[in-house]
Amino acid sequence: MIKSELIARLAERNPHLFQRDVERIVTTIFDEITAALCRGDRVELRGFGAFSVKRRPARVGRNPRTGEAVQVAEKHVPFFKTGKELRERLNAEPQEDTGG
Amino acid sequence: MAGKTVTRAQLSEAVYQEVGLSRNESAQLVESVLSEIRDSLVRGDTVKISSFGSFSVRQKGGRIGRNPKTGEGVPIAPRRVLVFRPSHVLKEEVNETLSGAMGG
Repeated sequence: MIKSELIARLAERNPHLFQRDVERIVTTIFDEITAALCRGDRVELRGFGAFSVKRRPARVGRNPRTGEAVQVAEKHVPFFKTGKELRERLNAEPQEDTGG
Repeated sequence: MAGKTVTRAQLSEAVYQEVGLSRNESAQLVESVLSEIRDSLVRGDTVKISSFGSFSVRQKGGRIGRNPKTGEGVPIAPRRVLVFRPSHVLKEEVNETLSGAMGG
């Protein structure tokens, strides 16, 4: 499922809303999560999961081709941890071999 | 790192401010978005949100784990795990604001 399909499904279930509003709802949610992560905040959605930012300290890496030492700067990367309820649901229902 | 936690309440508030539905309906819609994503994943579908990232379900085989305290072998059953891959846009945005502002 891609973002436009998510919007279409929500619009179908909420016929009283304009598709444009559904679009803004979905966009707002992901923009809000992004903004929180950019502040270094954590986003905790019980039953779904939690987004956070992990800091990767600066290190001396190596160019695998030349073996030369390279300074790698500190990095901040987005991280997601699946919530307990979702993790359990993924394993509770009969599993299909193909998605879609 | 700043230690605040954002929850459904703030997401609903943002939707309320941005879209102009009632507070109650904003909260319901946030919930619907999460549950559509969840249902898709439970069906084994991948969910791709452009410029944010993708959620996919991976099948993990069973293996013998170990209780690190006792060294005892513990069987771990085959299971499905959810993997989130942040998009380049999200990675860059987060890294630029945090590593840039906080110095390296």
